[in-house]
Amino acid sequence: MNYLLGAFKPACNISIVFTDGKNRKQVPIKKDNGQTVMNPLFQSQETIAGKVCIEPYQGKKVEHNGVKVELLGQIEMYFDRGNFYDFTSLVRELDVPGEIYEKKAYPFEFSTVEMPYETYNGVNVRLRYVLKVTITRGYAGSIVEYQDFVVRNYTPLPPINNSIKMEVGIEDCLHIEFEYNKSKYHLKDVILGKIYFLLVRIKIKNMDLEIRRRESTGAGANTHVETETLAKFELMDGAPVRGESIPVRLFLTPYDLTPTHKNINNKFSVKYYLNLVLVDEEDRRYFKQQEITLYRLKEETS
Amino acid sequence: MRPLAGVEDEEKWLAEGIAGIQHNAFFMHRALDANNLREVLKYSALMLSELRTSKLSPQKYYDLYMRAFDQLRQLEIFFKDESRHGLPVVDLYELVQHAGNILPRMYLLCTVGSVYIKSKQAPSKDVLKDLVEMCRGVQHPIRGLFLRSYLAQVSRDKLPEIGSDYEGDANTVMDAVEFVLQNFTEMNKLWVRIQHQGPGTVREKQEKERNELRDLVGKNLHVLGQIEGVDLEMYKETVLPRVLEQVVNCKDELAQYYLMECIIQVFPDEYHLQTLETLLAACTQLMPTVDTKIVLTQLMDRLSNYAASSPDVLHEFLQVEAFAKLSNAIGKVIDTQLEMPIVGAMTLFVSLLTFTLRVHPDRLDYVDQVLGACVVKLSSLPKLEDARAMKQVVALLSAPLEKYSDIVTALTLSNYPRVMDHLDDGTNKVMAMLIIQSIMKNDSCISTADKVEVLFELIKGLIKDLDGTDMEELDEEDFQEEQNSVARLIHMLDNEEPEEMLKIICVVRKHLMTGGPRRLPFTVPPLIFSALRLVRQLESQGGDITGEDVPATPRKIFQILNQTIEVLSSVPCPELALRLYLQCAEAASDCDLEPVAYEFFTQAFILYEEEIADSKAQVTAIHLIVGTLQRINVFGVENRDTLTHKATGYSARLLKKPDQCRAVYACSHLFWVDDLDGIKDGERALLCLRRALRIANAAQQMANATRGSSGPVTLFVEILNKYIYFFEKGNPHITPSDIQSLVELINNEMQSDNGNTTIHSDPFFTSTLRYIRFQKQKGGLMGDKYDLIKL
Repeated sequence: MNYLLGAFKPACNISIVFTDGKNRKQVPIKKDNGQTVMNPLFQSQETIAGKVCIEPYQGKKVEHNGVKVELLGQIEMYFDRGNFYDFTSLVRELDVPGEIYEKKAYPFEFSTVEMPYETYNGVNVRLRYVLKVTITRGYAGSIVEYQDFVVRNYTPLPPINNSIKMEVGIEDCLHIEFEYNKSKYHLKDVILGKIYFLLVRIKIKNMDLEIRRRESTGAGANTHVETETLAKFELMDGAPVRGESIPVRLFLTPYDLTPTHKNINNKFSVKYYLNLVLVDEEDRRYFKQQEITLYRLKEETS
Repeated sequence: MRPLAGVEDEEKWLAEGIAGIQHNAFFMHRALDANNLREVLKYSALMLSELRTSKLSPQKYYDLYMRAFDQLRQLEIFFKDESRHGLPVVDLYELVQHAGNILPRMYLLCTVGSVYIKSKQAPSKDVLKDLVEMCRGVQHPIRGLFLRSYLAQVSRDKLPEIGSDYEGDANTVMDAVEFVLQNFTEMNKLWVRIQHQGPGTVREKQEKERNELRDLVGKNLHVLGQIEGVDLEMYKETVLPRVLEQVVNCKDELAQYYLMECIIQVFPDEYHLQTLETLLAACTQLMPTVDTKIVLTQLMDRLSNYAASSPDVLHEFLQVEAFAKLSNAIGKVIDTQLEMPIVGAMTLFVSLLTFTLRVHPDRLDYVDQVLGACVVKLSSLPKLEDARAMKQVVALLSAPLEKYSDIVTALTLSNYPRVMDHLDDGTNKVMAMLIIQSIMKNDSCISTADKVEVLFELIKGLIKDLDGTDMEELDEEDFQEEQNSVARLIHMLDNEEPEEMLKIICVVRKHLMTGGPRRLPFTVPPLIFSALRLVRQLESQGGDITGEDVPATPRKIFQILNQTIEVLSSVPCPELALRLYLQCAEAASDCDLEPVAYEFFTQAFILYEEEIADSKAQVTAIHLIVGTLQRINVFGVENRDTLTHKATGYSARLLKKPDQCRAVYACSHLFWVDDLDGIKDGERALLCLRRALRIANAAQQMANATRGSSGPVTLFVEILNKYIYFFEKGNPHITPSDIQSLVELINNEMQSDNGNTTIHSDPFFTSTLRYIRFQKQKGGLMGDKYDLIKL
């Protein structure tokens, strides 16, 4: 039995180490099982280099038909589980077929890799980058090891960033004018604005500002849309009267936001909305949703 | 909206809220001890969430608020100490804003904000501005009010006022003012809003609750009043206009009233004076239901006190024409607020008058102006019936009296009587009494006929019956009191100048004559005596005043008096008239006016004959006549004879014998005047005495016949005394033997009267005998004379 078990055990330990792994920024990422792990952070056009160490277990040798490392960019749809779509795939052959008797390290390098999409963990879709090391073996199946890494891309300040200003209302009931200072916010931004009450005939109990994420996956008839409310921020308590102007100041930092993703590889989109909700004393909700664009601004410190 | 709930429910909710606060505070304290910022924020936000309740009345909410407030002090200490939480305060300022619920968020923000200002890492004005702006998010009236009140409280010692640590560079006192003003404005809006919520049925309860909250709003004004560096300029240009704008625009009765009151209380008098126009303009713009009169009254009271505080400030009042402005404003208020009860208008006038009297005591025209305005107002209305309004009018009229302590001043006010005209009769009398009392109290003398005329016009309620007064209703005692006052008043009318005095007397007479039978007995005597005083004055000045050109001659005065008394006799009040005639006769005698004196006597006799029927009154009258006649020395022999004859005749015709007797022996004095040039007809005096004796005898017999005893011998003793008197005075017809026999007669009478019983002595008689003995023993001339009397 022991022998048999030994036969199915992986014959070696594979580890993947990034060259600047010690200094590189690590960011948390949520895994399938719900655990959060830290993964190194990269951005597009970076060179991803490191080494792969293969260490056979004591007294074992690994016979193989070649060792390769792949850099994969994958999109995974949850409703289509197990079906990965690779939008990026780069391969480096590390070893010609042969045998490994002792620990062996293979340096690798993918220089200036184009990684246009950011890592994303959504409700129905996941976009991930991974290094995949494969020891190809003829008879016992290949030995595969993965190493995730995170990609974030930074956007410069948008040249045009108009405010959002709109007057909405229900006739003879409620008229408000709201203004958000921008239409494009970076992830550490603050939403400033104000709500101006032109007409109030209903008894408002409170007013919230919500940040909603709309994730749509698939295309055509198979489109899945999932909307989540990420932030619910009370702007106002009590009933205002005509002429009242309520300030808005919402810091985005505390919320788990991503940049807006538009039609990523024809697979999915992530959009963000500001939803202004007024609740009256009978708990009726009156709301107005406005799309905002989120982007990632290069942090000064990193 | 807060549900309508019983007290019990509310207590329960409050207890729950307190429990919630304590629970979370416990964890907050644990976190504080551990310096765990994240936990601190979490539990403090949870704790503050208890304040989100809508179930409590303001009072209960305040209870809850205070508990949270205490906890927030701990939190502030923690926030202050960067070493404990490791965050720069600016980051902390952002961090607390991540809280999802606005109320906890704002409380935390205010707390951190106060620390932020204290750290001076940001200009205080920016932080303050941000806080006051962000608080707008809480629109719930009660929660908003308490939140802003918290803000006001934590920021109070951090305002960039002059002399504070936070002033300087970009932070000026203006920013402090701006901050407080804005907070005030917002709080007032919230406060006013309470009234617009909920159905009408709970309106009363709401009003009560609002009243409980008003100090939260008013606190801001107090702070404004205390900010160092708000000078007059700034107050005038910024503070007041902004506050007033809010007050006027909120269009809420309760708020307008309370805030105006606050404004008047918290800012210095000097500022009020300099901004009077603005302030008053605002008063006229208040809601019609606002009790503007109290507001204005308070303002005027304050200004009056200010004026009274130091004479140095008076010129300021003149400078700003305070009176004109106040007067205008009051006029406007009264004109515009048609629903204001008349008592309100009157109260306003009283205040204005008080103000005027205090600030411009020299400006009688102002006083008159106020009264004039009052007249205009009163004339536009039907007859005043409101007792309270009446009281105010009385106050209005009394104020000048008190101030000037001299009725003369009030008499120059042309509108004064016109105001009085609007009083009802009763009040009019009260007022008239007040006027008289004032005169009495201040002992002020009214010395011209014109003023007397005005004065009597004022007190005419006392002088004559006004239309429609029912005499029956009058209380006799009150009436007497009133008329006595008038009588006293007459003596206060005096002028050294006889001519003017005569005029005064004429004026007074004219008025008094209208008084009717009930008043004349009270008012005529003082008038007569006042006139007699004038007569005596003229007399003492010598005879150079005789002549037809001079209006004030005793003769003329006597003519007037004659007419006056005549009126009295027809009232009818003959006894009084008689006395007055006699007084006049005596005065006329002193003036050497024989015909006049004779005329008066004639009048007196006629009265005696025609009007005085009562025997007692007759006795009194006779004695008066005899007494007066005895003193008068002006008459020639003939006239005197006539008069004395008459008097003796009357005496003898009195009804009762003793009365007759006494009158007759009194008449003896008419023939023996113990003066240098007095008449000394000893014989006729003796005749009178003898006649008296006869009558006494007759009386004695009559008594014997009717009652079986002759009664006391008093009459004889009295006559004996008369004998002794004349004997002493040297009447040759009275001889010692006359006296001797009279004494014996009396002794006999006494014995016969008492029969066989022991002589019980009559004290009067005993004293008389003792006197004779004493004179005998004394010796000297008189003693020699008495020696002849043998006892």
